[in-house]
Amino acid sequence: MPECSVADRPASRIRGPGSRHEGLPRSPIRRLLRLVSAGAPLLLGGCDVFKLGVANHAGPVAEAQWHLLLIVGAVLVFVAAPVWLLTPLIAWHYRIGKKGNVYKPKWTFSWPLEGLIWIPPTGIVIGLGFVLWHYTLALDPYRPLPSSEPALEIQAVALDWKWLFLYPEQGVATVNQMAIPVGRPVHMSLTSGTVMQSLLIPQLAGQIYAMAGMTTQLNLAASRAGSFRGENTQFNGLGFQNQKFEVLALPGEDFTAWVARARAADRPLDSGAVDGLMKKSVPPEPILYSSVPPNLFQTLIARAQEPSR
Amino acid sequence: MNAPLWPAVFGRFGWMDLPFVRAWQDPSVSEIIGAGAGGLVVFGGLAVVVLVTWLGRWGYLWREWFTTLDHKKIGVMYVVIAFVMLSRALVEAVLMRMQQAAAINAPGFVAPDHFAQLFTTHGSIMIFFMAMPFLTGAINYVMPLQIGARDVAFPLLNAVSLWLTAGAAGLMMVSLVIGRFSTGGWTGYPPYTELAFSPDVGPDYWIWAVTLGSIGTTLSGLNFAVTIYKKRCPGMDLMRMPMFCWTSLCTAILMIFAMPPLTVATALLALDRYLGFHFFTNDLGGNMMNYANLIWLFGHPEVYILILPAFGVYSEVISTFSSKELYGYTSLVIATMAIAVLSFTVWVHHFFTMGQSANINAVFGIATMAIGLPTGVKIYDWIWTMFRGRVRFSVSMLYSLAFMMTFVLGGLTGIVLAFPPLDYLVHNTLFLVAHFHNMLIPGLLYGMLAGYNYWFPKAFGFRLDETWGRISFGCWVAGFYLAFMPLYVLGAGGMTRRSQAVFEPAFRPWLYIAGIGALVLLCALVTLFVQLWVSIRNRESTRVPVGDPWNAGGLEWSIPAPPPEYNFAVIPTVRDRDPFYVEKEAGNAYPRPKRYEPIAMPANSMTGPALGVLGAVTAFGLVWHMWWLAGLGLAASIATIIARSFVRDLYRIVPAAEVGRIDRRWRKEIDRAKPIGRAVEGTPANRGLAEVEAA
Repeated sequence: MPECSVADRPASRIRGPGSRHEGLPRSPIRRLLRLVSAGAPLLLGGCDVFKLGVANHAGPVAEAQWHLLLIVGAVLVFVAAPVWLLTPLIAWHYRIGKKGNVYKPKWTFSWPLEGLIWIPPTGIVIGLGFVLWHYTLALDPYRPLPSSEPALEIQAVALDWKWLFLYPEQGVATVNQMAIPVGRPVHMSLTSGTVMQSLLIPQLAGQIYAMAGMTTQLNLAASRAGSFRGENTQFNGLGFQNQKFEVLALPGEDFTAWVARARAADRPLDSGAVDGLMKKSVPPEPILYSSVPPNLFQTLIARAQEPSR
Repeated sequence: MNAPLWPAVFGRFGWMDLPFVRAWQDPSVSEIIGAGAGGLVVFGGLAVVVLVTWLGRWGYLWREWFTTLDHKKIGVMYVVIAFVMLSRALVEAVLMRMQQAAAINAPGFVAPDHFAQLFTTHGSIMIFFMAMPFLTGAINYVMPLQIGARDVAFPLLNAVSLWLTAGAAGLMMVSLVIGRFSTGGWTGYPPYTELAFSPDVGPDYWIWAVTLGSIGTTLSGLNFAVTIYKKRCPGMDLMRMPMFCWTSLCTAILMIFAMPPLTVATALLALDRYLGFHFFTNDLGGNMMNYANLIWLFGHPEVYILILPAFGVYSEVISTFSSKELYGYTSLVIATMAIAVLSFTVWVHHFFTMGQSANINAVFGIATMAIGLPTGVKIYDWIWTMFRGRVRFSVSMLYSLAFMMTFVLGGLTGIVLAFPPLDYLVHNTLFLVAHFHNMLIPGLLYGMLAGYNYWFPKAFGFRLDETWGRISFGCWVAGFYLAFMPLYVLGAGGMTRRSQAVFEPAFRPWLYIAGIGALVLLCALVTLFVQLWVSIRNRESTRVPVGDPWNAGGLEWSIPAPPPEYNFAVIPTVRDRDPFYVEKEAGNAYPRPKRYEPIAMPANSMTGPALGVLGAVTAFGLVWHMWWLAGLGLAASIATIIARSFVRDLYRIVPAAEVGRIDRRWRKEIDRAKPIGRAVEGTPANRGLAEVEAA
């Protein structure tokens, strides 16, 4: 059934920051490091986790988020360093019993120090405020990505415990598999056929909630081919932990071929199939649907608001 | 019993609602753990009842504790509730960590339904029934002593608050034995918690436990604020109050304004579930976004309700154990007030991902960063308090230092989360879980434990064991870092919170480390109890009857340890900040009163326990749709309040002779004790009389 598996894609996501442990020059310290890491396969394997997240970004949105994280992180370490240094130093230096220390129990105020603890942090917050405002507007999930090509429209419906993806232009649909063409922006509209959920593809973009009766939007793009993990991050019941899907970023012609394969699947998303999807379940494999009734997304939004009993 | 009678009497209760029956029918590990927990509650409760009966102490408990209106005893009972609930919720946390470490591409041993109940009860208990009782107990005990008052403004209301909280905590425990708890997380987001998706009793247990607790907390807030406004002793201007009183005041104000949105949110959800309303349902015009706003309109100030009292404790502890007055008092007051105000302006950052416009997110993001400012100022004020002092590394001081180092890290990740584009990435992941534990463990738990070590000798007359205190401290700190640093990494890798199972082998090493950390935290809890046990056993050598074991400056240290029921034989008059320091330096630490006056103290009342039990009974009836029981409980509650209004003997007069006798006995202890220096404060020589230090 799975028309397109992860295996036949080039595994381009191996280039993670963890792989820099390989090929270190043979200085004694490095050799020691190697010994330690060889003795602790747990720790070495530990770096793989970063390959699954924004550190291993695969699209312009996640890349910008990663850069923002580096900027903010650098500023913050600078902000926190004085506390991390001063707290132990002062506590230890002024410990009781150390000879020759100045002792001023009545010293409780100093204007210069007050200035030092109020003014520079205020300046830093104002500065970060500008950064925040700029990036929040620039990385607004509703903002279309700049591109010469029109965005690919995908409608995502959150169900228990799976994701239904509708491709209105292509007239196909999938469950738990989202194929997108590399380099072309994608505009997603999201709603929920059940409780609130949240769609996150850590390597491509941030998350947005999907809520019944409402539509939210998410813009993203993949800059390289690969298979990325998508998930629901908002607990929605007993199948929550299984609600993962794969995002296949395919080169343009492969995407066309993927659509053709979906159309050839001979499995229409008719009302019976929709009713089946509405039931709580965790599909073992992704499903492709060859055709989709018109306006199904709007129908599902309306359906979620109908009296349930 | 025939069919229609059963639901009329037992509501929707059935035998399968008992965990023991479920475990009998399906003896899986998950069900056996559930039954074991239920069994622990039943046998633990029975054991306590048997023990008290065997010791013949029911009368004592009833007279001296259950019906008391003494703010000190009420404070102690709050802290006892906090310790009991901490034990349960920490064990739940360990279970969850073990499950996640075991369930990497494997089913593990805790079923999804059971796991969801675990994270819901863990969060609900830690916030509402561990943190809140702990800080309410601390404020209750310490604040009236610090402002030179004999009790809070409304002693009966205080007891009612305690017993409503106790009733709610009892309801949480009952949910282990009868039925099941909610699976909707500690915030109970609809529509998941609506009838359409969670028709069982779980969300109802959550709704009524939280509602009872939140009413108790609102009343506590009113009580504390009025106490601080109206009950300060002569000379105790607002700007002479100890820092802990300032943070208590801010917390009280936050309680008054922030708890009602929670009560409203749970009440509206209850209307949806019980009477077919549609506030937050998917259908018929409901909108869950209103719930998200209401719960976080409570939820964010709640964070500062939790953290501010700990800030007060740190201010007291760092000043005392640096043998120095607090640096930047005015700055700290302004910072505390600024935090309290700003805490109402940031709630949207809990749902940046709900699709509102980027401008709204930016405003709330910047407001969130702004809170970092006064918080940073506080940290520096504490650093300058140590500067040119004489720092003693007592257990309380160690907690304070660990707090400063660790809390800053949580602040950093908080700023990361305040950036909406970064929040989009790590919201709902373990990064978020790591962040708020990074705030609340140092920012609340360490603070409360510092306060527990600091004020315990005041409350019970003997010091806590330092060695076991240090061991416990080491476990809390090491356990925290081991358990939560990996969660930042996992969150950055996109691992969602509340996952019963994991399918990425890359998560394995980090989940293992976090699991070890959870076990170390369990050791921390055990050693905390060992410390208490050892301290009680060795109490004769650590007694501090004079009452000033740390050479501190607040009024609470100028009276015996433990203090008499009326706190102050004569209401003191305050001349400056740190009034007790000032008097000690003037050589006038223990002025002999010219004469003793009779003192009127609030008489015991059974109204508190009655309302607490009846509140819990009403809630239980509502949970199970036993309408007769709910009606009976409600009617009896109203009858109790009416009956109380007929009570005329509201005060117990302590005769002047008794006040004099107690005071003179204490003065004999003062005369007998030798003033000791700070270098020997951890030895049996410390009887609570401090040597005045030369500057």
